[in-house]
Amino acid sequence: MIDLEKLTIKEARKKLDAKEFSAVELAQAYLDEIEKKNKELNAYLEVFDDVLDQAKEADELIKKGESYPLLGIPLVIKDVILIKGRRVSAASKMLENYVASYDATVIKKLKGQGAIFLGRANTDEFAMGGSTENSAYGPSKNPHDIARVPGGSSGGPVVAVSANMALGALGSDTGGSIRLPSAFCGTVGLKPTYGRVSRYGLIAMGSSLDCIGPIAKNTEDAEIIYQAIHGYDALDSTSIKDDTYKVTEEKKVIGVPWSLVNSPGVDEKIKENFKDTVKKLEGLGYKIEDISLKNLDTALATYYIIMPAEASTNLARFDGVRYGLHKDGENLLEDYMLSKGSGFGKEVRRRILLGTYVLSHGYYDAYYGKAQMVRSLLKKEFTKAFSQVDLILTPTSPIPPWKIGEKTDPVAVWLADIFTVTANMVGLPAISLPSGYMEVGGNKLPIGIQFMATHGAEDLLLEVGKSFEQA
Amino acid sequence: MEIKDVENLAELARIKLSEEEKKELLSDMDSILGYIKQIEEVKVEDVDTEYKTYNVWRADGGDGREFDKDLITSQFPDSKDGFLKVKKIL
Repeated sequence: MIDLEKLTIKEARKKLDAKEFSAVELAQAYLDEIEKKNKELNAYLEVFDDVLDQAKEADELIKKGESYPLLGIPLVIKDVILIKGRRVSAASKMLENYVASYDATVIKKLKGQGAIFLGRANTDEFAMGGSTENSAYGPSKNPHDIARVPGGSSGGPVVAVSANMALGALGSDTGGSIRLPSAFCGTVGLKPTYGRVSRYGLIAMGSSLDCIGPIAKNTEDAEIIYQAIHGYDALDSTSIKDDTYKVTEEKKVIGVPWSLVNSPGVDEKIKENFKDTVKKLEGLGYKIEDISLKNLDTALATYYIIMPAEASTNLARFDGVRYGLHKDGENLLEDYMLSKGSGFGKEVRRRILLGTYVLSHGYYDAYYGKAQMVRSLLKKEFTKAFSQVDLILTPTSPIPPWKIGEKTDPVAVWLADIFTVTANMVGLPAISLPSGYMEVGGNKLPIGIQFMATHGAEDLLLEVGKSFEQA
Repeated sequence: MEIKDVENLAELARIKLSEEEKKELLSDMDSILGYIKQIEEVKVEDVDTEYKTYNVWRADGGDGREFDKDLITSQFPDSKDGFLKVKKIL
């Protein structure tokens, strides 16, 4: 028996290379866990039928003496990233039977290392949401309390990693979709600098915000996946080069926007945990400074103008003509109306309509134009902040995971993104790390903290993550 | 916002809605617009949007991508002789 609970990617690599177990045995162990747990947790939308064949190929390579960090490592992929010849639905009825015609760049890189793809994991429809409740295929459940949401939108991959149904995962993050579920389920989630990881082959939501990143059990594993997938890609015109940003030397100064952390919207137990975290970091030799980011609290409202504007534009392509759901009407216009009307779920429609509204004549300047200006203002504030501190620390979420079905007002769900959206608005790298537990209704629920760093400084995040885990 | 505004937006976005869905969206939009309206209060006098747009070119010649024609054409909702078939536009 392989002890999956304690297994990390780094450990698995050693054991695979030492032939303590084979890639087939490892894959089978994960398939058994999925078989046992997925019915309840709904992390996977599909488990691929050729997992053991993939593992056999990995074993062949291992036998030949080859070794890459992810060779034979079983991963799960969020259902918004294309793998050639496999279904990818964005958890939407619109793409229920869509089969990808090419590999995303990140997939090509993982295949190059011989990683195993276990299956595709649940998400909010088109990655729009913070709970997976917007999936057209039912919500995933938080393994720490199945009555509660796992967070989203990358809830499926996070649940899979958290419940030992995969050793690592790829998620996507437009406003916190890797970090929020990581905080809710106790995993490590990294959102890289905008442009650091190619989005070629990612189903788009907000193109000036979207990022692909790793989800893992600890920082070291997240780093292994990040190392495998990052890098310039000519197929993504927003891709950055390794030397696009100059990384300055670490000075171990952490800024905390205390006025926002102490605001009434933040849960008391989360505040308590946060203060303990700060003490722990001081013990590790970090210097904590109070920083003021004047417009941090308006970032969320700004985000909910820019993101829907971009999403409504991106999702216009789903019209039932070339692929995806097609409903037949009297004429072409009716085909569009019927296909979109029955293919898109509630949250997706809300965002498309909102995006259409803020971009429409008469409202453009007041909403979209103004939001772009606020975004510039935020960028300036962060540039200034990072001239004073090396890292910025906040809780990942202001609230603990809520009960499935509990929140009916869309804005109430959006408020959970208050600490995470700024990294996307400014294009910064950010990481969510487990920082302890809180007791809610007899269950111990994980809490997460978030570090942000300046553009290109993923190394600083990984370093603080590793030292925090050992504290 | 009124029902006719929702209808107008849905038409612009090419989404067919039932009467009930329209009502639901109207109440959602009121709540959402109430929230994002706070952006009006932000003072931005000395900021210009610094979004420089520029082209990202690549040299002529292939980009190394290969596509499987069957995989693409098999997903057409309707086709004739291997071509995508759509309803007439004019």
